Amino acid sequence: MENKVIERVVTWARMKSPWIIHFNCGACNGCDIEVLDALTPRFDVERFGVMLKGTPRHADVLIACGPVTRQIEARLKRIYSQMAEPKFVVAVGACACSGGVFDGCYNVLGGVNSAIPVSAYIPGCPVRPEALIDGVVKLLSTLEKKEEPAPAVSKTV
Amino acid sequence: MPKITIPLGPQHPALKEPGNFLLCLEGEEVQSATLRLGYNHRGVEKAMEDRTFIQDLYLVERVCGICSHAHTTCFSMAVEEIGGIEVPRRGQAIRVLVGEIERIHSHLLWLGVAGHEIGFDTLFMYSWRDRELSLDCLENITGNRVHYGINTIGGVRRDITAEQAQNVLKQMDVIEERTKYYIKLATEEPTVLARTKGVGMLPKEVALSRCAVGPLARASGIQKDVRKDDPYLLYSELDFKVITHDSCDVFGRLVVRVFELLESIKLVRQIIKSLPEGPVLAKAPRKIPAGEAVCRYEAPRGEDMHYVKANGTEKPERAKVRAPTMANFASVPYMLQGGWLADVPIVIAAIDPCFSCTDRATLARRDGSAQTLDWPALRSKGIEFYKARGVDFRKL
Ligand code: SF4
Repeated sequence: MENKVIERVVTWARMKSPWIIHFNCGACNGCDIEVLDALTPRFDVERFGVMLKGTPRHADVLIACGPVTRQIEARLKRIYSQMAEPKFVVAVGACACSGGVFDGCYNVLGGVNSAIPVSAYIPGCPVRPEALIDGVVKLLSTLEKKEEPAPAVSKTV
Repeated sequence: MPKITIPLGPQHPALKEPGNFLLCLEGEEVQSATLRLGYNHRGVEKAMEDRTFIQDLYLVERVCGICSHAHTTCFSMAVEEIGGIEVPRRGQAIRVLVGEIERIHSHLLWLGVAGHEIGFDTLFMYSWRDRELSLDCLENITGNRVHYGINTIGGVRRDITAEQAQNVLKQMDVIEERTKYYIKLATEEPTVLARTKGVGMLPKEVALSRCAVGPLARASGIQKDVRKDDPYLLYSELDFKVITHDSCDVFGRLVVRVFELLESIKLVRQIIKSLPEGPVLAKAPRKIPAGEAVCRYEAPRGEDMHYVKANGTEKPERAKVRAPTMANFASVPYMLQGGWLADVPIVIAAIDPCFSCTDRATLARRDGSAQTLDWPALRSKGIEFYKARGVDFRKL
C-alpha cells in the first residue's frame, strides 16, 4: 500500500517535471534550433515543467536530433547509458526517425533507433516547435496512463 | 603546477553541436587547444553525386539548418553558371530578400547563444523571442520556418505578393526597434562588457594569416565581404555598409553582428521598395552541360564556397562545399591560448561555429585514375619523401 503511494508520487513528479537533455547526433542544426526555440518565450515548454539540462545524469528524456553518424554512435550509446532509469528517448525530426534525406549516405547508420531504443518519434523536417510540444505531452500522457515507462520501441506519434 | 588535459565535447552544455576540443590547462589557464571534428560528417558531397541537380538542392539545404538559403543559393548559382542560365531579376531580388532575412535570423540566434554562454539568459530569451518575427517573415514568404526550399535552378519557386511584402516591412520595423535596444545593450551593459572585452583576441595579422572570414575577420578590422568584393545577385545595386571593428576581441564580434542587423534591415527595405517586375523563374534544362564552376556567397558566418563539376548528365560529377566555419576554425586554437577556462565557451561561440556545415571529407576514387595508399605504404612513402630531402628519422 505504502509502496503504491510512493510510486504514484514518483510518477506524478516525473510527469510534471521531465528534465530533458538535447543531443545532436549528426543533425543539420535545423531541428536543434527548433528544439531550443521550444524553450524560448513564444513556445515556452517550461510551462510543462520541462527543463533543459546539461548532463545526461540529470535528465529523464533524451531529445535526439539527426541521423546517427558512425562517429557519434558510440557517444550516443554512452550518453544513453549514463542516464538514470527510467529513461525515454524522443527522436526529433525526419532524420532521427528514419535517416531522412541522409538515408543511404556512407557515414550514416540511419535513425536514432539504429543505435538506441526510442520511445517517441516526432516527424518533420525540421519539426515545428508545436509538434515537439505535442510529442512530449503525448509521451508524458502514456506515462500517466500506464504508470510505467513507455515500451522501448514504439511509435506514439 | 602540473598540466592537465581535459576534453570538451562532443556532448557539452556549451556546445550545441558535437565537436571535440582537447584543452591543455595549467591551473585555469588554457595552454593549448586541439580540435577534433567529424562527428557530424554525413557524407553529403558523395550523396550529391548520386542525385539529380534538383534533388541536390534539397540536400545542400540540409547541410546546415541555419544558413540553408546560403548553401542553396550558392549551389544554384554555380549550376546556373555552368548551364548559362540567366535568372530573372525578380527571382534574384527574392533570393536577396530571403538571404537577408536569414541573416537577421542567424545573427539574432547568435546573439542569444552568446548571451547564454556568458550566463546572461535574459538576453537569450529576448533575442530568441524577437527572432520569431524574422521566422514569421520567412514562413510567410516561403512557407517554412527553417528550410525554406525557395530556390530552384533558374530562380525561385514562389513569387511574393504585395501583401506579403507589406507584412515583412511591418515586422522589420519591430526588429529594427529591438536591434537598437540590443546595440545599446551590447555597448553599454557592464556585464556584457566585462565578459567580452579583451577576450579571445585575434589580431589583424593573425586573422589574415589564418584566413578568417565573415564577422570574425571584420571584427579584426579586415574589410572583407563577398557582397562587396565580388557582388552576386543584385548586391552591386544595393546600398549597404561593410561593418568592421578593430577591437579584435569578442566584443568586436558582438558589435559587428548587431550593426549588421541594421544593414540587413536596410537591405530588406530597399529590395522591397524596388522589387523588379517580371517572372521569377527561368526554365532550366534537366541536363547541365559539362563544365565546372566555383561560386562564393556571403553567408551569415562568412564566405561560403561551392564547387560544382557537371558532365552533361542530370547529376553532378563532383560537388564540394567549403563552409565559413571551416575557414574560421583555424583561428580558434589561437584565440583560446592564454585565455581562461571560463572564457572557452564564449570564445568558441564567438565564431558562431556550425559543425554540420564544417564536417566535410575528401574521398579518392578507386577507378584506376587515382592511386589509393594503405597505411604502411603511406608511411613508407612519407619516410622516403623526407629521406630524399635529407631528413633521416633514424637520427631523431
Ligand atoms: S529532420 Fe531536417 S531539419 Fe531535422 S536534422 Fe534532419 S535534415 Fe535537419
